[in-house]
Amino acid sequence: MNRAIDFFLGSTMRWLLLGLAIVFPLVTSSEYHIYVMALAFIWAIAVYGMNIITGYCGQLNLAHGGFFAIGAYVVAILTVDHGWPFWPAFLAAGLFGAVFGFFVGIVSLRLKEHYFAIFTLCVGYIIYLMIDKWEALTHGSLGIINIAPPEGFGLIDFTQTVPFYYLVLAFLALAIWLSRRISESLLGRTFRAIRISDDLAQSLGINLMRNKILAFVISTVYAALAGGLYAGVVRFIGPEEANFIHTFDMIAYLLVGGIGTLMGPLLGTLIITWLTQAVQSLEEYRMIVFGPMLVLLVIFFPRGLVGSFLGWRGRRLARQAPRAARQAKVDTADDDGVETQGARNNA
Amino acid sequence: MDLFLQQVLNGLTLGSIYGLVALGLTLVYGILHVPNFAHGALYMVGAYICYFTMVELGLNYWFAIAAAAIVVAALSVICERLVFHPLRHAPPIHDKIAAIGILLFLEAVVQMHWGADFRRIPTPYNEILRLGDLTLPAQRLLIIVGAFSLMGVLHLYLKKTMTGATIVAMAQNREGAFLVGIDANRVAMMTFAIAGALAAVAAGLFAPINLVYPAMGHLVLLKAFVIIILGGMGSIPGAIIGGLIIGFSEALGGFYVSSTYKDVIAFVLLVVILSIKPTGLFTKGVR
Repeated sequence: MNRAIDFFLGSTMRWLLLGLAIVFPLVTSSEYHIYVMALAFIWAIAVYGMNIITGYCGQLNLAHGGFFAIGAYVVAILTVDHGWPFWPAFLAAGLFGAVFGFFVGIVSLRLKEHYFAIFTLCVGYIIYLMIDKWEALTHGSLGIINIAPPEGFGLIDFTQTVPFYYLVLAFLALAIWLSRRISESLLGRTFRAIRISDDLAQSLGINLMRNKILAFVISTVYAALAGGLYAGVVRFIGPEEANFIHTFDMIAYLLVGGIGTLMGPLLGTLIITWLTQAVQSLEEYRMIVFGPMLVLLVIFFPRGLVGSFLGWRGRRLARQAPRAARQAKVDTADDDGVETQGARNNA
Repeated sequence: MDLFLQQVLNGLTLGSIYGLVALGLTLVYGILHVPNFAHGALYMVGAYICYFTMVELGLNYWFAIAAAAIVVAALSVICERLVFHPLRHAPPIHDKIAAIGILLFLEAVVQMHWGADFRRIPTPYNEILRLGDLTLPAQRLLIIVGAFSLMGVLHLYLKKTMTGATIVAMAQNREGAFLVGIDANRVAMMTFAIAGALAAVAAGLFAPINLVYPAMGHLVLLKAFVIIILGGMGSIPGAIIGGLIIGFSEALGGFYVSSTYKDVIAFVLLVVILSIKPTGLFTKGVR
């Protein structure tokens, strides 16, 4: 049993998931499904970014959708208005996401908790208003059409759905790998220390501001690059990309999967995307379901699917530990039943 | 000069509406320390209840506002009971997300029933008053008088009545309030009811000179947040003064600087102020 549980958490599982994702286009007959999957992967990349600042570092960034839109608009403006090819524009999107994220971070991360959430909510709205009103730069509410798709290498043509799917998959794998490296490194532990308590982290000698800004910039780069890919596949974007609703969607993905976990963002994004697909009529009114679901999740299930699974495993291991200890003790001496009873009660 | 005075009047109108919404937000923050992101949705629901009673049922304007206030107050109390009360010991990130959940839900429900179209509520007072060269539509005068008298009533309620005093006491010192036997549940429900009613009345007053649509609460909510950050989270006079500051800067900025970017002004103000003083303008200390 334990081996089965560990299997779900081990690296074999991750390789298996990657394998499934690779064969997915071969087994499905519908190109539309592949397209939906590619879009879900793009959102998942952005959600991984949100997971770093909100899940690991504990700062609720409500401008995340805005950074996604910025990435998309950088690619769109550079390719359409300035004739850049996709890839340099894509890199520029990441770079711009980092620079803009850095400056927003410097101002916003001096604020704590509620102030930070409200401030970033306002930043998100400023981004939306700027995109909507600054017509000379962003074409205003008309949006931008005919965005350049990613250029292929040799025979690979990324305007086709299947090659693009693999491209996005590669980026997603990279995003998850990087997330894992961060999460398991000292940096990830630093972020978690900050989430648990600012003061405690500071007393351990952690430079709060520097680490928070780092987490914020990493998350905005994730969002901007995801936005860039999005512009490359959808090839039409408008101010609606910066709408709050996308940030809230991402929060829902993150919460369902498990905030602050490694596989949570992917799981949450895929589950909700396919659930919404399954009930097409939900698309417009999905918030009637999402809204109460968010509320119920934070009240009864705040750790999401992956988090609850990890918690269940933790409790299971804790229950087993004294039993194993008793087993060892029974082997050596028979007369300390009271003590093991106590140990079991403590567990 | 007349143009300037005209803008001052517009600013006063906007400011009194923003002030009412921000008052509810700041009261709730004072009691529960929750930034209630659902407050904008309550405002929006208030406008729709007004629309429903006045346009679809054909009832009196004042009756519509009263109905909106009662319905939204009840809705607000339900939110407190079902959502914020169970989450009172949860980490702060949770109640923010739950509030967002309520916001999304209410918007989707309204949109499902009434659609995303813009709707209008006719004003029962079409007269235009003239003071010298100044023109003042009666509805705007109604907004200013209505909002400020409501603020006055709220002030009297908080200062002169026992239940009002319990709210103030709990906002000032939670543990102290418990020590003298104040019932936290009752105070929280009262506060949410007042906040909901204020938002609904603000929506009902403002709707005849504005449009009614499902996303109408977003901008108002964000500005209300800017206001309570300006005025200090939890501070009642701060919310009123902050509301007037934002109202005036929007009216004057929209007229003299750029009407396209008038909605950005409030946020730029916020960014500038928080960059200089991260705890807000009028706060005494950081909690």
